[in-house]
Order: sequence, then structure tokens, then C-alpha cells
Amino acid sequence: MVMKAKLTASLVAGAMVLGMSQGALAQDTIKIGSVLSATGPASFLGEPEDKTLRMYVDKINAAGGINGKKIELVIYDDGGDANKARTFATRLVEDDEVVAMVGGSTTGTTMAMIPVFEDAKIPFISLAGAIEVIDPVRKFVFKTPHTDKMACEKIFEDLKKRNLTKIGLISGTDGFGASMRAQCVKVAPNYGMEIVADENYGPRDSDMTAQLTKIKNTAGLQAVVNPGFGQGPAIVTRNYAQLGMGDIPFYQSHGVASKSFIDLAGAAAEGVRLPAAALLVGDKLPESDPQKKVVTEYKQTYESATKQPVSTFGGHAYDGLFILVEAMKRANSTDPQKIRDEIEKTKGFVGTGGIVNMSPTDHLGLDLSAFRMLEIKGGDWNLVASGS
Amino acid sequence: MAEFLQFLISGLTVGAVYALVALGFTLIYNASGVVNFAQGEFVMLGGMVTVFASAAGAPLPLAALIAIVAAVIIGLLLHRLAIEPARGASAVTLIIITIGASILLRGLAAIVFDKQFHKLPAFTGETPIDILGAAVQPQSFWVLGGTAVVVVALYAFLEHTILGKAVLATAANRLAARLVGINTTTIMALAFGGSAAIGAVAGILVTPITLTNYDVGTLLALKGFAAAMLGGMGNPLGAVVGGLLLGLLEAFGAGYLSSTYKDAFAFLVILFVLFAAPQGLFGRRVVERV
Repeated sequence: MVMKAKLTASLVAGAMVLGMSQGALAQDTIKIGSVLSATGPASFLGEPEDKTLRMYVDKINAAGGINGKKIELVIYDDGGDANKARTFATRLVEDDEVVAMVGGSTTGTTMAMIPVFEDAKIPFISLAGAIEVIDPVRKFVFKTPHTDKMACEKIFEDLKKRNLTKIGLISGTDGFGASMRAQCVKVAPNYGMEIVADENYGPRDSDMTAQLTKIKNTAGLQAVVNPGFGQGPAIVTRNYAQLGMGDIPFYQSHGVASKSFIDLAGAAAEGVRLPAAALLVGDKLPESDPQKKVVTEYKQTYESATKQPVSTFGGHAYDGLFILVEAMKRANSTDPQKIRDEIEKTKGFVGTGGIVNMSPTDHLGLDLSAFRMLEIKGGDWNLVASGS
Repeated sequence: MAEFLQFLISGLTVGAVYALVALGFTLIYNASGVVNFAQGEFVMLGGMVTVFASAAGAPLPLAALIAIVAAVIIGLLLHRLAIEPARGASAVTLIIITIGASILLRGLAAIVFDKQFHKLPAFTGETPIDILGAAVQPQSFWVLGGTAVVVVALYAFLEHTILGKAVLATAANRLAARLVGINTTTIMALAFGGSAAIGAVAGILVTPITLTNYDVGTLLALKGFAAAMLGGMGNPLGAVVGGLLLGLLEAFGAGYLSSTYKDAFAFLVILFVLFAAPQGLFGRRVVERV
């Protein structure tokens, strides 16, 4: 009996020591979680996000951390699988006990993780594109990338300026293309746009001349918009030139906003317009542009550290991390509830994606000025002067 | 008319690629009774190795040759290291092995090369040729011509050479073939090497049109398999007709019906054909031979 009591006592003591050491650890670090698609089909999103988060957390820690506390970053790789993402999200909440989360590379993984963070009341800044993430507004969910709806609006705004109203759509049937097509169809009437042709192609198709021929032969067609992603838009652009449609204005989406699109589409890309973040044209922005400093610094840091061209996806992770860091500084607390309240009060944050002004009804905080209209000329991006 | 021609030519070009993949299936199936699902990976290797060899400074014809040789070596290794050790296993087991091999090859390609899409310059310029109002890329003629050459060469080989007959004999009855003095292991290796070469040629011909990356093989293998089934598994002529027909179905389906349902439409037609003639369009001869 005495033996047993002694054993119990020592066990309790041991447990207390363990508990105390954990408590002590938690005191001088702040745990931030992330679940990214660093491998798998969405690795072109997750990989730059992963590199960006690691790079900048190291920088913040080297500079003394947040309010004297170092950040401890916990990153899991979901491989693009929504089921895995949800499992890792639960692990972040229950085992790692993170105070906030920046991650969710795709809309699929993000939507799977939202209930976990909503239930745990932990702020979640998503890096996914679709508008569903923040519409309807959820108390603990925020996001940094522009939505596809904004891309449609930016394109239609430009078309309206050029007095073009009859458009043809050729959309990928992948998640990105289908979602953007739906948003474009929805907002078209607001800009007086009439969709006269509406064609689709599979994300792995290798020839779109049949669809484009059909669009080309549509009466009254004035411009063509291609919501899509990956290599599809590059093939569409090449087929577009092949069919001699070069004199019909052609718009791509922010989904192709990377140098590889110009490389793949080659000469056919000349004259193509697309909405994209300022990050792509950092060196072409006028000195007076508020984003100039942020985007050139991020571009230099990322490119010198990774030896890879900068992408807007890594930029979304940068924005998410710093919105969170600034909110934590203001909150001066590691209480998830207080951090959430401060994220929602983010005003005038200058990121790579635009100037963020959040509110209780807007958990994205970007307006159309966050997108720049670009035109491909001489194998490079060029800013389209407003009004032309 | 111009519209019809445009659909026809894009259908034929895409169909020619499916036909070449289907031919690769046919050759290995004829020699071993195995459906080699790593066939699409040979197409990927053809394109990717050419891209990287020419990026490293090799002129295009040399880069293409390197790609074909590389694909043949990998085809032979696949046979020697994966298929041959499992010689006694059933066809289903061997098919599963080829699926595993295709996943392995794709993974290796993602590591050795990268995950980006790549392009090749067209062999003879990119200025479209106008044929009665239809704009045709010169590369389309390379694809169609290349396919024709491969088909004729393969058909002549199988039907008119002793070695080709040996391939057919091995397919018909392995034991009997061995009894009459055919080295069936060599024949199997030959089939894998040959179909790797056909796949690589397909990859090189189409990359200027379709672009390539480490996993283009997946979809091509699926389409090529469907084409081979449509034409009748094991018949080279059937593979070609099946491939072209599938390409035409997709192009006309997208052009005249609905681009949203073009794949569904193509597969629906295949299902109906297989309901009516389960051996495929040209499958009867295989039945007689076996």
C-alpha cells in the first residue's frame, strides 16, 4: 500500500515536471501551424509557399521574434489531398496546440480544414483562391489571394473601356477554370457584357482548335476570355494564333501569371492581356507605387534564396504570415481570440497582393486596384496604362 | 467546309498520337499477352529527354536520337528487371507490375527532370498552312507522316520477316514457340524495346504541339488503351484505326456537339462499339490466331 502510494506520488511528480517543462517551452515561443500542398499536383502552389514561410520565419526569429518571443513553425505536407489536410489540421489544433494557422494551398484543402479551426476558435489565414473561403464570412477564416470574381471584374472593366461587349469564353474544366467561368458568367451583366460563346476543354487536352474554331465563327464576337490554369491556356494561346485569331482581343486570367506561360506560348502570347498582382511587374512599377518596396524586396529575397523565379503563390504566403505577425504584435498576446480580433482590424497593410483593409464583413480586404492589367509585349509583361 | 476541315485535321493529329500509343500496346500485347500501362511513360520520356538534351546543347535530331535510345534502354530494363523475374505469373499480375513501373518512372522523371511544362520548337517552322480555309500547323504533317512510317514499318516487320513471325508465334503459344527454337525471352525483350521506341517517337513528334511534362503519360496511356480496345487489342491496323477514330470523335464532338461532354461522347461511342463487337473493330483475327 505504501509502495503503491509512493509510486503514484513519483508518477505525479514526474508528470508535473514534464508538464512544467512543456509550459516553460510554450512561454518563450509562439506556435504557428501550416498545412501546405508542398508535393503532389498542387506543388507549384505549396512549394513556393513552404519556402516563403520557412525563410521569413527564420528572418523574424533572427531579428528577435514577436514581442521578444520566437516563432515555432509547424508545417505539414498534405500532398494536395483534402482528407490528409483535415487530419493534419486536427493534429495542429490538438497535438501541436498552435495559436494560429497560415496555409491551405488549394480551395479543396482549405474547405476541408475550415470546420476544424472554426470549432477550435483558432484564426486561419488561407492561401486558396476561390471566393467560397470567405463568402459567407466565417469568424476565424481569412484569406490573402485575389478571388477569381475579381479577375473577371478586372477583365470586364478593361473590356468596357475598349467598348467591347460581346465575348466568348473558353474555360478549363479543372476547379480553377470552372469556378472562374461561373464567376465571370455571374458578374458579366454588371458590366454590360454579353457572353456569345461558351466552350470548355479538359485540363489535360492537347488541342483546342475545334473549340476555338467554333468561337471564331460566332457572329458578333469581339473578344475572348480564357479562364484556366496550367498548360491548357498555353495551348489555347498557341491554337488561337494558329487559327489567325490574333486581331480579336484575347484575355488570360491570373492563373497563368508566371514566366513559364510566356515561354510555353512563345510568339503566340504577344498582345495577350491578363490581370495579375503587382509582384510580377515589380521592376516596372513607378517609384510612387505604394507596393513597389514590398514586392521588389520579396522578389529579391525569394529569388536569391531559392534560385527560382518568384511566383505570386509564395507572395500569398508572405502576405498571410505578415498580416498574422502584425496582428500578434498589436494584440501583444498569444490568445487566439485576441489575435483573430486584430487580424480583422488589419488596415492599410501593404502586401505583395495589394493593400489589405479587412473588416468584419470582408475577410480578404482587397479591391480591384490590387490587380494590374498586363499586356504581353516583346516576351515580357507590360503594364497597361489605365484608359487604353 | 473550312470548319469541317479544321475539325478533321485536328482530330487526325490528336488521333495519330493515340494511334502510336495504341501501337505500343499492341506490340507488347502480341508478344506477351501483357497490357503495358507504362506505355504512356515512354511517350513522356521521348518528349522530356529530347527537351533536356536539346537544352543541354544537342541539335534536335541528335537529341531525338538520344531520347529514343534512352527510352529503349528503359524499356529493356523494365522487361529485364520487372517482367522477366515474374515470368510465370499471370497476365493480370504482369499488368499490375506495369502499372507500378509507370508510377515509378513518373516519380523518377519528376525528380530527374522537374515538374514544369516544356516545349520543343516545331521541326519546320510554326507558320500555319492554309488548306481550303483551315489553318494547319506544319507539325501536324510530321505527326501524321511519322505515324504512317511507323505503322508501315511495324506491319511489314510483323507480317514479312522471320523475326516478326517469331513475335506473333510467341504471342500465340509461348511453349510451342520455344519448342520450334524461338528464344522467347529475346522476343519479349525485343517487343519491350520496340514499343518503347514507338512511344518515344510519338513523344518527340507531338511535343511541339502539345507540350510535355513528367506526367503527360497518364492520360495518353488511357486514351491509347481505349484506342487499342476500340480497334481490337493485338491488331496493328486496329490500333491505328482506333486511334484516329478516337481523335476524330473528340474533335467533331467538341466542334459540333458540346465541348463539355466531348470525352464522355467519345467513350460512349467506344462502349457501344464494344457492346456490338466485344473484340473491337478488327479483333476477329486475333481470336482466330489464338
